[in-house]
Amino acid sequence: MSTTSTLFSKLNLAFATGGLAWTALQIYTIHSFGFSWYIAAIDSVASVIPLAAACWLIDNNLRYYQPGKGSYINLLIWCVVLAGACTFMVRWGLPMLITDSTHTGFLRQSLIIRLFTNFMAIGWMAMISLIWYVQQDQKENERRKSEAEQLARDAELYNLRQQLQPHFLFNSLNSINALIGFKPHEARKMIHQLSDFLRGTLKKDDQKQVPLKEELEHLNLYLEIEKVRFGHRLQTEISCDNKCSEALLPPLLLQPIVENAIKFGLYDTTGEVTISIRAEVEDKYLVVMVQNPYDQQTARPRHGTGFGVSGIQRRLYLLFARNGLVETYQNDDIFTIMIKIPQA
Amino acid sequence: MKRVLIIDDEPLARMVVQEYLQPFNNELQVMQECGDGFEGIKAIMQHQPDLIFLDVQMPKINGFEMLELVEQAPQVIFTTAFDEYAIKAFETHAVDYLLKPFSRERFNKAIEKYLSQATNKPVTKPNEALLETAAQSPAQHERIVVKTGTKVKIIPVQDIEYLAADDDYVSIFTSEGSFLKNKTMSFFEQTLDARHFARVHRSYIVSVAQITRIDPFEKDAHLAILKSGARIPVSKAGYVKLKQVLGI
Repeated sequence: MSTTSTLFSKLNLAFATGGLAWTALQIYTIHSFGFSWYIAAIDSVASVIPLAAACWLIDNNLRYYQPGKGSYINLLIWCVVLAGACTFMVRWGLPMLITDSTHTGFLRQSLIIRLFTNFMAIGWMAMISLIWYVQQDQKENERRKSEAEQLARDAELYNLRQQLQPHFLFNSLNSINALIGFKPHEARKMIHQLSDFLRGTLKKDDQKQVPLKEELEHLNLYLEIEKVRFGHRLQTEISCDNKCSEALLPPLLLQPIVENAIKFGLYDTTGEVTISIRAEVEDKYLVVMVQNPYDQQTARPRHGTGFGVSGIQRRLYLLFARNGLVETYQNDDIFTIMIKIPQA
Repeated sequence: MKRVLIIDDEPLARMVVQEYLQPFNNELQVMQECGDGFEGIKAIMQHQPDLIFLDVQMPKINGFEMLELVEQAPQVIFTTAFDEYAIKAFETHAVDYLLKPFSRERFNKAIEKYLSQATNKPVTKPNEALLETAAQSPAQHERIVVKTGTKVKIIPVQDIEYLAADDDYVSIFTSEGSFLKNKTMSFFEQTLDARHFARVHRSYIVSVAQITRIDPFEKDAHLAILKSGARIPVSKAGYVKLKQVLGI
């Protein structure tokens, strides 16, 4: 706030200085035509006051309202009208202050020049104001836009992360409850896995990309828990070479994808289900493919439009400002989702 | 001795129920454990249980859909982890429901409640109202599960051409033929998405996307001609509704 007020006082100072300089110049000019300093001063001050008022008016107008592209002509008309008004005031007002007849003649002769210089001064003021305020507005807009985007991004990422299924959590607790009775060691192990998994979903910083290796470790915790829940029905295949495991990706990107794959795999079929996760590095992209079986006959229509896919798409768009990083395919009862993560 | 089934897709979840049932094995006998709704239907036919423990989220068909397909529904204690619509249904209609993970005390209460009811009351059809409420869940709007002979058929709603009233049943017409479902027309009118289905007649609900032409027919009435060639009567009120859905 203080910076804007000092800015304004600076502007006012510049405005006053400009006015004084203009007055001085006019006094000198009129004096050089052979009038006394006194008459020259009266004439100049009386001309500059309405001119300054006009400049101030146009500047103030432009501060709050910038004409659109089509209405610059209006601004021009305004400048002409204001210049006319100033000249008019001088023409009829000045003879009341200065009764010298030579000066009155001089005034009449110089009217056109006065009109023109007034117009130039007001026009110049208008132009500078316009450029200044448009620029200010643009800066302000940009700041607001980036702030809004940042906010939206944070909120969205937060929401996406909150999609952690309560269903998963309660069912895992139920499995632990079962294990406590007859396999207390496994129950304990599952509690640790679940805790590590939950901690992993909480502490990640979105701005910082993580190596695939780390993301897969986190994913593995999740898969191990799901395997305990679903027993032999759930199998997983993960392939990722050394080069891939160092590739970077946004944290927790794969989690909802794999979650979806498991959900559809397990709830769309009744037999054994193999979820496969394959990663490759292909010309500056990390490509991750996740596949799950599904039943073409009964697959629910949300396939491909559900939170999973659209959420990932949105997130990748926010992070990389690019579309087309997510693709899905469905054939032979296998659903495939492929995501591409640009590598710096 | 009451006969019991446990229907849940997670083995450990079935194990908890088994374990908690141990103290009751003078009164309750577990006949079988089932891992999905299909097995559940078969086992219910085979064992004619008095009580089932039923999970809601299961592969292929969920617990509610399974119940819809069973003719002689036993008493049900639902077990579920999280499902707001299901819980709404249970609160008003089920014998009892257990939210996973549940304690032994909570489980015992449910069993005692069942045992006291089972001795006092004959088994009526307690499940109708419950299923009606459960059907409000959005997941239930996407498909209809029917039984043809011994087979279970899942019809995604986008495959439906039209529905026609058929005595106490509703016939569901698809490109693969028609299927009977033991529900009312007003049930489908309420649950099917009103943007895609219109009740054009007292006895007909039609998929709007299937209509190719609407012809005038007798006075005030119309005929909707579907892609399949089927001709569906449209009443005066139905025509008004149809125009609304089509936006004309």
